[in-house]
Amino acid sequence: MLLRHTTSEVKEREGLTINPAKTCQPIGAMYAALGIHGCLPHSHGSQGCCSYHRSTLTRHYKEPVMAGTSSFTEGASVFGGQANLLQAIETIFSVYDPDIIAVHSTCLSETIGDDLQQITKKAKDDGKIPEGKYVIYASTPSFIGSHITGYANMVAGMAEQFTVSTGEKKDQVNIVAGWMEPSDMREIKRVAKELGVKIVLFPDTSDVLDAPQTGKHEFYPKGGVTIDELKSTGDSKSTLALGYVSAEPAAIALDKKCKVPFETIEMPIGLSATDRFIVALSKAGQVSVPAEITAERGRLVDVMADMEQYLYGKKVALFGDPDHLVPLTEFLLDLNMKPVHIISGTPGMKFEKRMQEILERAPYANFKNGLNADMFLLHQWIKNEPVDLLIGNTYGKYIARDEDIPFVRYGFPILDRVGHSYFPSVGYTGGLRLLEKILTALLDRQDRDALEEKFELVM
Amino acid sequence: MRKVAIYGKGGIGKSTTTQNTVAGLAEMGMKVMVVGCDPKADSTRLLLGGLQQKTVLDTLREEGEEVELEDIIKEGYKLTRCTESGGPEPGVGCAGRGIITSVNLLEQLGAYDDEWELDYVFYDVLGDVVCGGFAMPIRDGKAEEIYIVCSGEMMAMYAANNICKGILKYADAGGVRLGGLICNSRNVDNERQMIEELARRIGTQMIHFVPRNNFVQRAEINRKTVIEYDPTHPQADEYRALANKINDNKMFVIPKPLEIEELESLLIDFGIAN
Repeated sequence: MLLRHTTSEVKEREGLTINPAKTCQPIGAMYAALGIHGCLPHSHGSQGCCSYHRSTLTRHYKEPVMAGTSSFTEGASVFGGQANLLQAIETIFSVYDPDIIAVHSTCLSETIGDDLQQITKKAKDDGKIPEGKYVIYASTPSFIGSHITGYANMVAGMAEQFTVSTGEKKDQVNIVAGWMEPSDMREIKRVAKELGVKIVLFPDTSDVLDAPQTGKHEFYPKGGVTIDELKSTGDSKSTLALGYVSAEPAAIALDKKCKVPFETIEMPIGLSATDRFIVALSKAGQVSVPAEITAERGRLVDVMADMEQYLYGKKVALFGDPDHLVPLTEFLLDLNMKPVHIISGTPGMKFEKRMQEILERAPYANFKNGLNADMFLLHQWIKNEPVDLLIGNTYGKYIARDEDIPFVRYGFPILDRVGHSYFPSVGYTGGLRLLEKILTALLDRQDRDALEEKFELVM
Repeated sequence: MRKVAIYGKGGIGKSTTTQNTVAGLAEMGMKVMVVGCDPKADSTRLLLGGLQQKTVLDTLREEGEEVELEDIIKEGYKLTRCTESGGPEPGVGCAGRGIITSVNLLEQLGAYDDEWELDYVFYDVLGDVVCGGFAMPIRDGKAEEIYIVCSGEMMAMYAANNICKGILKYADAGGVRLGGLICNSRNVDNERQMIEELARRIGTQMIHFVPRNNFVQRAEINRKTVIEYDPTHPQADEYRALANKINDNKMFVIPKPLEIEELESLLIDFGIAN
């Protein structure tokens, strides 16, 4: 009973957050930056920030995650971090030779007012950025938003600082990936190929954070969107942003800078959201939906129908990030399950509104996001109204254990299981995987608890 | 839309000069917004006829993210749009970060959008550029022209020179330029010549010499700009003249700050020694 001090009485809290359902902005910026080929993320702040973000990503992916730091000392915080960053840029290009450095700020560098735009401009003017190499930046103070905000800011930075429109339109569609796993990005590319739509997906961490073991360590693995591809997004026909919170800001930036029209849809998690994705992508690419995709959909619908009896009316508590939670909640409703408690530490009115729209089908649900929406509150809700299933990142295992609830790991971070980086949870195929995980968790529990005379061979 | 920031030593009369000049511009039919970047939140008092009740940061603290533009911008003299950044009490928190937060928030809320048809935005910034936060208004894409209020007193000139160092740093990277020095007279000997010379050596101009007049204090006690309090007073014409000169100004330079020895010799040559 690790959480034995959690009480069931919910009291209005003003200032205290207990076990937050979010993490720092820079971790999102660092993850997004790894989705550019040959990119070294750089943390403009003290060393501790960088170490924490690297280690969490490393633990989630079981892959080495490299990043630089401006290594602020007392001196840098008094005199500003410009000298440190200029030195870092010089050292990184001469020693580690990336194609691009993606700098993100931290709480400290933001508070003292370091202007990354000005410093990177100076680095360029001083000749510290070699010809054909790039430095981009994003402002990511952790006292605003969450890791999702940081991801969105860095991806928007890519769009703002890289894209150029040559005036010549290309027959391609941009897809801005919301925060998803490398496996999901790979799946998006596969589906687009299946549909016959030429896309530029950014960021793209596939073949970066799920790189194969070849016996040789590649400092910059072969994956990631290339600089040329990123630049060309300014000439694309249109942009499809997958996620209102983590992807849309980049689509807006592209529209502002290069007049590329965009459409934002939810991340394609589950049946309905994937339907919308397939429709949007086939429209954007002006192609019809091939039979293979229809068959994939059919397989998902078939399992949904076959196993309905085990899903119907089951209560679920879930926590995580906005662009995951909205379509996942919708999927649970499509499965005739009851999402009763939903928590996200990421603030935002747009997210709140979209969630409320989805929850019109579930007026009984508790939903809270932002500052005081933490794991403690989720646990209290569960004590008051027990659930049959908990879905969320690794931090949910404490609640699952104390309350003895079946637990499906989904979201970021997953520090104690593998699979998320290799098997997608987007698209119809990903929906099937999610459904399989949910069913396995529920059926394993039924088997465990069944009386001897009710222990079924066939389920 | 011209974006102007006013800097200068603390107590030199930045807020008073800014508001009186803004009144002059508003009288000419210009649509002006004033952004007070001083934790004391007294940069718009004369235009509003009293202190702004709610600052951007107070509102942010109390209402979280759901801040509306109309909560923090009030209309003042001749439809000038007034807002105060606000900030922590003396001795606590971080006033510099406060300015970064509020300028970002104003941008997010669309305070500078075309729909307001603004001709001018004025940032009234406290004292010296003591840290990164106070330089926020001159980052790229923010204020493009700077005027420094100073007088013939040594510390005011010293501060003006320091501010030039801040501008120089950002002028390299972005579009910010120095538009001139405004001499707010303290009746120091040879004041006009000295500031003109300082301006020349920095590479700029003394755009206007505002003579000292106690009438300014009287208008201030009545919470009004001179132009509003007594439009016929000669001091009102001084501010009108300054407003006109700013409106017609074409001289925007990257300043060349002086070494401290040169600054001291300037004072000796023009002021104390004579």
